[in-house]
Amino acid sequence: MKVTKDLVAASATPMVLGILADGESYGYAILRRINELSDGELDWTEGLLYPLLHRLERLGHVQSSWQSVPGERRRKYYRITNSGLAELAEQRRQWDTVVSALKAIWVDPGDVRRSATTPLGGLA
Amino acid sequence: MTTSGDPEGTTATGGPDGATASPAQEGLADQFAQWRHYVRRRPELQQSDAEELEDHLRGSVDELVVAGLRPDEAFLVAVKRLGGLDELSREFAREHSERLWKQLVLTGGTDDPDTDTRSRRDLIAMIICAVGAAVSVKLPELFGLGFQQDGDSYAPNFALFTLPWLAGYLAWRRRTGRALIGVMVALFALGAVAANVYSLGENSQSLVLTTIHLPIALWFVVGLAYVSDDLRSSRRRMDFIRFTGECFVYFVLIALGGGVLTAFTVGTFQAIGIDPEGFIANWLLPCGVVAAVVVAGWLVEAKQSVVENIAPVLTRLFTPLFTAALLAFLVALVWTTAGINVEREALILFDLLLVVVLGLLLYSISARDLLAPPGLFDRLQLALVVSALIIDVLVLWAITERITEYGTTPNKAAALGENVILLANLAWSAWLMLGFVRRRTPFAALERWQTGYLPVYAGWAWIVVLLFPPLFSYL
Repeated sequence: MKVTKDLVAASATPMVLGILADGESYGYAILRRINELSDGELDWTEGLLYPLLHRLERLGHVQSSWQSVPGERRRKYYRITNSGLAELAEQRRQWDTVVSALKAIWVDPGDVRRSATTPLGGLA
Repeated sequence: MTTSGDPEGTTATGGPDGATASPAQEGLADQFAQWRHYVRRRPELQQSDAEELEDHLRGSVDELVVAGLRPDEAFLVAVKRLGGLDELSREFAREHSERLWKQLVLTGGTDDPDTDTRSRRDLIAMIICAVGAAVSVKLPELFGLGFQQDGDSYAPNFALFTLPWLAGYLAWRRRTGRALIGVMVALFALGAVAANVYSLGENSQSLVLTTIHLPIALWFVVGLAYVSDDLRSSRRRMDFIRFTGECFVYFVLIALGGGVLTAFTVGTFQAIGIDPEGFIANWLLPCGVVAAVVVAGWLVEAKQSVVENIAPVLTRLFTPLFTAALLAFLVALVWTTAGINVEREALILFDLLLVVVLGLLLYSISARDLLAPPGLFDRLQLALVVSALIIDVLVLWAITERITEYGTTPNKAAALGENVILLANLAWSAWLMLGFVRRRTPFAALERWQTGYLPVYAGWAWIVVLLFPPLFSYL
């Protein structure tokens, strides 16, 4: 099973902000973390991640800084800002609403049929 | 490809010794360099993006190597995982759409510190030169020569207040040698002498001729500064032609902006009862014009490869239209059988027509791929040049009759001389173009002809400025 592109895109912002809320990180590590958390089910590409990071930076939700790492390389680290934390809280509230609503609808497979038939019963 | 691993290769790098790992690392560095090169060619991806993506790629490669792949295999897999550059840059473009537009960074903001300091130094030099031009245009006022009262003595000198500064800026950029700088200084001095030594009356034709021709003569001195790194090179001269066209376009744009500024200054100040016209006529206009020339030159130098040249685009637009207009004129001329009314204005008009046709020709040459085969546009251009030639021969015929009848004046002589010079150029150009369309001569011959002809214009402008007043007894 692969999660659809739309759903990946919709959940991208809270996911990145959530990971950065644990501490600063860089692109490759963020992608690895998302892969670990979703067991590879979320199909994230670099073309999704980096422009998203740049947009969050433009909106002021994250700040970036270049740091040198072993091997004569520079790495761009991202750190969440206060406005990013606020955004994360807001997104979280929205996602909680969506998730709890979905959960209420899909309590368990047996209930699915019952909840689907109830309205009909009410009409009858 | 390197991955189609033969068993021998695998065993060679499979050994645990460090000796085999080193060439593999080297190959990897090459591959990274190549990849960087590809990434940097994308306008959507800037230096910092390339570095960020490279770090990502390296992280990916390191992990794959740890997992047991050979470095070159790991590289290929990592690049594959990164996805196509096309798609990647499309995603970047969605976030950074401005990068596809705004690529002319005047100063700062680029990723390369070397370019930054260079463009900042250019900017400072340009400001010095522009301010110098603005100051120099006001200097004569210290000696009691007002801009408004002594407009006639100002007019022929106008180019002398701005072009030396532009030439100086270019010479500074090109690190021109002392000998050439000496020549340029001498030529500017000669121009100053020509503009001021002859005592010409206010209504003198020669004064008007000097006012028109001295800027042209001095512009070629600017050209000397422009091509100073390689005086004889046809390519550099073509660059100077491009520079001239772009400079003109930028100057017109700046002048339009200046017009808006002037209009608002006048309007707002008049609204509070102050009349700014004196300030505008004496300060804003003269200083603005001379400074704008330097700024336009600097802009062209700064943007060069960054923004598409506009002069060739205009050429493309107007070549068919001018061809149609000239052909229609020829048909009408034959149809009505009326001769051309050759007043002095007519001669100047047809001179200007030849200049326009030559300009259309020059700027389409400037943008053309020298190796491309002849196409429809080249034939169209040949038609344009030939119809202009026919018209001009008719005009020349009429005018020579008139001159032999009534004798000559400086104006007529100058207009006639220019006509002959342009006619000679266009006639030979038409011949070369015909050869090119028939695939007999290479296109480069046409370019060489045009660039080789440039000194002729300069020479003629100097002749008009220096020799005409005494020749025509200061008429």
